[in-house]
Amino acid sequence: MAVVFQGIGATAALTSATSVDSKKLYILSRRLVSETKSTFMVVRSDGRLNSGSNRRAQKLITNAVATKADSSPATKPGHELLLFEALREGLEEEMERDARVCVMGEDVGHYGGSYKVTKDLANKYGDLRVLDTPIAENSFTGMAIGAAMTGLRPIVEGMNMGFLLLAFNQISNNCGMLHYTSGGQFTIPVVIRGPGGVGRQLGAEHSQRLESYFQSIPGIQMVACSTPYNAKGLMKAAIRSENPVILFEHVLLYNLKERIPDEEYILNLEEAEMVRPGEHITILTYSRMRYHVMQAAKTLVNKGYDPEVIDIRSLKPFDLHTIGNSVKKTHRVLIVEECMRTGGIGASLTAAINEYFHDYLDAPVVCLSSQDVPTPYAGTLEEWTVVQPTQIVTAVEQLCR
Amino acid sequence: MSSAFSAINTIQPLHRTIDNPSVSPFLGSTHKLRSFPACNRAPSASWIRRRFSIVAVSDVVKQQKTKSGSSLSNLLITKEEGLELYEDMVLGRSFEDMCAQMYYRGKMFGFVHLYNGQEAVSTGFIKLLTKEDCIVSTYRDHVHALSKGVPARQVMSELFGKTTGCCRGQGGSMHMFSEEYNVLGGFAFIGEGIPVSTGAAFTSKYRREVLKEANSDQVTLAFFGDGTCNNGQFFECLNMAALWKLPIVFVVENNLWAIGMSHLRATSDPEIWKKGPAFGMPGVHIDGMDVLKVREVAKEAVERARRGEGPTLIECETYRFRGHSLADPDELRDPAEKAHYATRDPIAALKKYMIENKLVNEAELKAIDKKIDEVVEDAVEFADASPHPVRSQLLENVFADPKGFGIGPDGRYRCEDPKFTEGTAHV
Repeated sequence: MAVVFQGIGATAALTSATSVDSKKLYILSRRLVSETKSTFMVVRSDGRLNSGSNRRAQKLITNAVATKADSSPATKPGHELLLFEALREGLEEEMERDARVCVMGEDVGHYGGSYKVTKDLANKYGDLRVLDTPIAENSFTGMAIGAAMTGLRPIVEGMNMGFLLLAFNQISNNCGMLHYTSGGQFTIPVVIRGPGGVGRQLGAEHSQRLESYFQSIPGIQMVACSTPYNAKGLMKAAIRSENPVILFEHVLLYNLKERIPDEEYILNLEEAEMVRPGEHITILTYSRMRYHVMQAAKTLVNKGYDPEVIDIRSLKPFDLHTIGNSVKKTHRVLIVEECMRTGGIGASLTAAINEYFHDYLDAPVVCLSSQDVPTPYAGTLEEWTVVQPTQIVTAVEQLCR
Repeated sequence: MSSAFSAINTIQPLHRTIDNPSVSPFLGSTHKLRSFPACNRAPSASWIRRRFSIVAVSDVVKQQKTKSGSSLSNLLITKEEGLELYEDMVLGRSFEDMCAQMYYRGKMFGFVHLYNGQEAVSTGFIKLLTKEDCIVSTYRDHVHALSKGVPARQVMSELFGKTTGCCRGQGGSMHMFSEEYNVLGGFAFIGEGIPVSTGAAFTSKYRREVLKEANSDQVTLAFFGDGTCNNGQFFECLNMAALWKLPIVFVVENNLWAIGMSHLRATSDPEIWKKGPAFGMPGVHIDGMDVLKVREVAKEAVERARRGEGPTLIECETYRFRGHSLADPDELRDPAEKAHYATRDPIAALKKYMIENKLVNEAELKAIDKKIDEVVEDAVEFADASPHPVRSQLLENVFADPKGFGIGPDGRYRCEDPKFTEGTAHV
């Protein structure tokens, strides 16, 4: 069983929190050992520390909700929490570490966040650091960008990712571009996060997948979290990054429970995560579809297939190394995503794989995406717009013939 | 201690006839108001009030006016201040004229928006700021950058697209940024800079209240035009700035035209200053062709913001002598309107004022004119001689942390690829 990464003790180097020298190029090798004051662990996505979550992930039913409580809590290391709590933990640790980190959004303060990600933070840090904004997405996103340019590190919460369509002007024009347009004079270390994706009969406008709209904007990075472990790690990495990062969460994954390490850790924003190594086929996925894939994987394993599942995590840029190594091993690729068929992440990923790894493919890249349909309210219709595990099983069987 | 603005923090406009000739009503507007198609209704009292009532200035200026009896108080500036203001306005004018020349000679391209005629606003406001205060502007930003202190050489180089420009040639005419002088742009879409300026003001307040930096009292000025005042971002930011009492001054450069759209044809209530009190901040209308009046009101507003009392909305009635941009044929504006405002040229007005009040003599002003000519010539020569950006600059500033380009198929970060630094990598 091949392990993709070999780095032992390899870490992501951190820049000093106080220096905002945007003129220096931070060219960092992944093999550099970081030098920070506190001891912490930076984990490469080699699957070893994820073993607990892998098992848990495979036990989940189709529509991911909170899992059963762990049967033997006392003996295992780390602590158990839900995904939104993991996000909050990451956020709180970063706010504790750097006083310039602040949160802005609708109902993040007194209400604690509509998904409770910022619960109690306003009590602890005050109304200015956890700012309840009026309902003006374009303007408060622009405000966060202006604050980032002048030295703060704001986190913008979109109550639902779809609302950030109103902020598209600021995200595209200012967030992504100002570092370049100013010739490198101003950095925009802003994190834009919020829940998106198809939920439980939320209707079309609350079920949008914005990763496809934002992916062309130059100058931003996009990541999608899927487990409490990577949610906390990515949140911390995004806050510490000097680049503007958009962190996509999913409405249905907030109540996932997992045991995460007590020690501080951050994950690499540009890397993908090996969920299940395999030999027969590479399945690339992210966010909620990871759970549909793992559900399908159970069935596939019973049928004798050995799928390799990779959670790409970094939607922009793609981790072509992990993906490439996998394609070179299995020669078959299936992409499972929740994005729309047209112009989605899967479409870009298909193009990238065809461009770089065409010689290694034994079959065309198959991309399973949501239908190009405004998500209907009716539960049955909604179920048919997103990819279900049975479709994944069928696709794998067809690809592996 | 109440600010002088509290007197006009009312919703009803003051309606008194103006006997002071240099403070005129919306001249561009009264002509149009008479033929305004919507005015088929019988003229109501409020409509008549709107025709004649304009001014809502601070008590300070009103007092000084009655004292001296002339339009500009003798107490307003010293000789040094006067020379500084004159030099800054002449720099703005000469620079813009040179831009036009260079554009037609093919040294700069794209959209170039010139500021001729509006110098009083830029000089009147920005010369009151410290280096740490921030300004945010629109695409008509050359003179704002110059007033803030960005060297003319850097601005001209930027316009020529050379690597020695203030943004390394990557911004251009509409995107002047300077970290050193706290010029936060330069935005092409109108209204886009207003939230950014609100954010800069937020940082100032955050520094003082959260980070406990006692000296943090930087003020931010947001400059934008009359067209922007119909845009959502304007209203949203007025709300937020007033809500949190941010140290910001919103400066409306109402030059009555948004390319070819007259302010009156686009706005239900053309008196923009009135929109301030609707959000809980003072709204002031001033004559933007008179640098001394602008400066007086600006001083009040900036000090109000610095004290932490919140934002102010200042509408400056001004005019651009040239078209919207160098590509605009400028056919829609009435020549009589242009001629009228030409007589109110802010530079000529300041010159006349200083000479009449014996602050300076002609020779000193001519010396400044000559000095500025040399500065602008030098800027052009410098820009001409500067190198164009090389290929390696292409990918350099896309990300502050170039790891954002991701990991390539070979396992290395894209930014470690030697082709990346050459600018030829495919990312």
